[in-house]
Amino acid sequence: MEPRAVGAPATVGTSLPRVDGVAKVTGRARYLDDLDAPGVWYGATVRSKIPHGVLDGFDLDPGYDWAGTGTVFVTAADIPGKNMILLIEEDQVALVPVGGRVMHVDEALALVAAPTKALAIAACAAVTPRITVKPAIFTMDAALAAEVKLYGDDNVYKQFLIRKGHARDAEFEAIVAGAAHVIEGEYVTGAQEQMYIEPQAMMAEWREGRCYIVGSMQCPYYVHKAMKALLGCGPTDVVIAQSVTGGGFGGKEEYPSMLAGHVALLAHKAQRAVKIVYERDEDIAATTKRHPARTRHRLAVDAAGEIVAIDVDCVMDGGAYLTLSPVVLSRGVLHAAGPYRCAVTRVRGRCVATNHPPHGAFRGFGAPQTTFPYERQIEKLAVLRGEDPLALRTRLALRKGDSTATSQILGASVGSDEVLTAIRDCAGTPPVRAGVAANGSPLRRGRGVCFYFHGAGFTGSGEARLAGRAQVAVVAGGRFEVRASSTDIGQGAITMFTQIASDALNVDPARVVVVDPNTRDVPDSGPTVASRTCMVVGGVVDRCCRRVRGRLEAWGREHGVTGDLAALANAYVESGAPELADMVQYEPPPGIAWDDATYTGAAYPVFGWGACLVDVEVDLDTYEVKLLRCVQAIDVGKAINPIIVKGQIEGGTLQALGWALLENIVYREGRVANASMTNCIVPTFADAPELETIMVEVPYPFGPSGAKGVGEIPMDGPAAAVANAVSDALGCAFDEIPILPEVVAASRDRWRLA
Amino acid sequence: MTPETAYTRPRDLAEALAVRAAQPSWMVLAGGTDLMVSAIHKRVPAGILDLWRLPGVGAITEGAGGGLVIGAGATWLEIGRDARVAKAWSPLALAAREIGALQIQARGTLGGNIGTSSPVGDSLPALLALDAEIEVASVRGRRRVPYAAWCTGYRTTALAADELIVAAHLPPLAAGTHLAWRKVGTRRAQSISKVMGAAAMRVECGVVTDARIALGAVADRPIRIAAVEQAVRGLARAAAAEAARAAMRGAIRPIDDVRSSASYRDLVAENLVARFFSGMI
Repeated sequence: MEPRAVGAPATVGTSLPRVDGVAKVTGRARYLDDLDAPGVWYGATVRSKIPHGVLDGFDLDPGYDWAGTGTVFVTAADIPGKNMILLIEEDQVALVPVGGRVMHVDEALALVAAPTKALAIAACAAVTPRITVKPAIFTMDAALAAEVKLYGDDNVYKQFLIRKGHARDAEFEAIVAGAAHVIEGEYVTGAQEQMYIEPQAMMAEWREGRCYIVGSMQCPYYVHKAMKALLGCGPTDVVIAQSVTGGGFGGKEEYPSMLAGHVALLAHKAQRAVKIVYERDEDIAATTKRHPARTRHRLAVDAAGEIVAIDVDCVMDGGAYLTLSPVVLSRGVLHAAGPYRCAVTRVRGRCVATNHPPHGAFRGFGAPQTTFPYERQIEKLAVLRGEDPLALRTRLALRKGDSTATSQILGASVGSDEVLTAIRDCAGTPPVRAGVAANGSPLRRGRGVCFYFHGAGFTGSGEARLAGRAQVAVVAGGRFEVRASSTDIGQGAITMFTQIASDALNVDPARVVVVDPNTRDVPDSGPTVASRTCMVVGGVVDRCCRRVRGRLEAWGREHGVTGDLAALANAYVESGAPELADMVQYEPPPGIAWDDATYTGAAYPVFGWGACLVDVEVDLDTYEVKLLRCVQAIDVGKAINPIIVKGQIEGGTLQALGWALLENIVYREGRVANASMTNCIVPTFADAPELETIMVEVPYPFGPSGAKGVGEIPMDGPAAAVANAVSDALGCAFDEIPILPEVVAASRDRWRLA
Repeated sequence: MTPETAYTRPRDLAEALAVRAAQPSWMVLAGGTDLMVSAIHKRVPAGILDLWRLPGVGAITEGAGGGLVIGAGATWLEIGRDARVAKAWSPLALAAREIGALQIQARGTLGGNIGTSSPVGDSLPALLALDAEIEVASVRGRRRVPYAAWCTGYRTTALAADELIVAAHLPPLAAGTHLAWRKVGTRRAQSISKVMGAAAMRVECGVVTDARIALGAVADRPIRIAAVEQAVRGLARAAAAEAARAAMRGAIRPIDDVRSSASYRDLVAENLVARFFSGMI
């Protein structure tokens, strides 16, 4: 790319080609599996087949040539530091120690490394763990009954109770009792596999006492923090580098710390580089998935159809370890009352321990699980009142100046009217109710809408606590390096940073180099999660670039150097002066007050807003639901790169449509029974309807060029729109997803076909 | 420690049959779409006999008396695009076009599907309904086996240890024969069937005089539904559909697995079979 002329148009708001695009589509990009260190060995993991028990020891088959192959065998006894994957709480071990508790099927018990992958697999098969089996928990109800105790006395990892407009339950119930109508429902949403195209993959090597780990990940500093504890070393003794990463969706937020620990331990014992790339079945079986959830919801309205009270009680299955569950639950409860005006709300959330493999981060992070219930409830209100679903939502929507369930007064950048209007304007007439397919199947069609919001960035005071930093430096060749730990996991972060930096510096995008993140060379910008990379870190990069530009221009004036910023940069480097670099730390916008004790106040600096319309067609012979149309209108503040933003919205939408109709993790006695791409169904392009995307831009004054989060929000709403549409088509309620054909078939007695 | 696997790619059928006779335990590879999926989980075979694009067994040619002969090496792409198959033996063309996705269709072969004989093999109910015959060859000679007698159990066939599948023969269909095919899978592409069915229904003077109804994914092998075939004989369209629905009750015993439930398979199979008759044009 040739540098553009000074004063050329800004790149923000244009679809600059992906900086990493050519390398990826030509196969030049090197993923972890493509990387090799000299003499690298391959690791494999000995896993539990038992959901709950005590590890008594291992039997090693002497039929495998342990000595001749040099195969190393690593157990918890080989861990130099603390045996834990440090994240929120110190409860998850890296390897179950002998005498310790096995908490789930496919939990890591021991590790092997051998010169070839085939040998490593053979060695793994030659290890038989001895486990004393204990009774296990597979349902949320069994967890709450707490006859078997997995965590504390009550198996509850975390609970929240958020009250608004009342102080006590009796007061709340009195308000509900006074309502004209109370709509009650129970809603169930299932686990979901991220199904990133690149499986979990990591390689480690020790050189001169220092551990170097490279791999597929979202959050290098999360891995860094976990490795310091596990390896018992200081911050400079371990270096974490991200390799080109083929998707994350939250699935590479916590688990990479586990895999990094495993390769680090193996490399330490083998005294050589060791890599592990999971097979797909192993990845599906052992790594985190979206939390299954069950939500009871009461919606109390007065005779005029105004909401007088909202009552939510959500339970999530956290699986065998706490991991990120408290934070997922937090985001779930903070969105649970929905983007609707209501003076009195009560939101309760609990996340419980079971013997499923730990559930964890997945795009939307708890909000999709609580959005589905409230949008089914609002739909039922529309049916009850005979009111147009979009008009009803427009009538009740939160707007600027209204207060949320945490009593946050909404300030700038509230796009509720804009997204609802966008959907209304393109809705057109609903599909014809009844029809016959070419093959003779009778058909019923229906339409569903939904309206939703998603907080961008970390919750409450989270961003202030994270204090994300980024650095911009002037480097040789008249170029500028952006150093941030935010990772490009396919979502376009590198390109987005390039555009923001290019505009802030007023240089051609080709002069901006976004360095590959590693914990030695880039500051901690916070994790690549929570729809925060553009809004928060992008904003930091923007400020940092402006400071560098100011300093460079000042230096030019001082030294009588003229020309554009690239020329100044060149002259600066050639002058031999010390590196000109600036580090900027995130500063929360003014007036953000959050009370962690009562869970009230400004839950998020800003919300994205979304509305969705879905038309479906149900085949009454096969009970399959076909998506005819899906329109999403999303308020993103500002689309830094419209094609990338559109891609984010389309991808998140398809993931949500799959979650609604197809994706079903089959757990049998705690084991994922469908751990293959053949049977763990995610949608293909053939399953996708034409996805219509409307980008709404209601600028956020504290985001770069007005941008706010976009990564997660598209995931939140479509599932409810699908369920609303299927309910409309068949005249009966669908309150559980996935709405598999088997579920539709089982509902035939409830159909009220028009 | 790593076992070595022998590999041979013969130049012609004679050479292939000689290798097959000498090494009956070797894995026979056609398009590889099934074998590659299970490669990491299964024991490494002693040898692989690679028949991909073996000359002389991939063509689609017209047979005696108006029939069609589809070489075992023909791919789904070739079968799905063949105008003769689409016109006169449409269930096979429709099955071919819904197998996997384009990449799978370009590699997967009819012979592979017949040889693997999975209960969810997508072409197999079509072969049953179309009354196909399977031609096999060995160094001992050639023989033909009616497809109705081909499957002997779960993934077992009438193929002898020294034989290779050479072709499927599709006989011409009698005038007035209506054809139908449906696949119900886990999604719209790259999908394993939950239920599939194929039908050949002959109608004379407004009544069904003969019917072959075949279902897949509802038993340990693709099956014909004799109860339905008998029940519909002599009935007009609407009555045949009702009789077929009634005859389907209890006719199959599908299973619960990770892809679907027995009750769903049973119900959808009943719906599809009834629809084959009511939907005849």
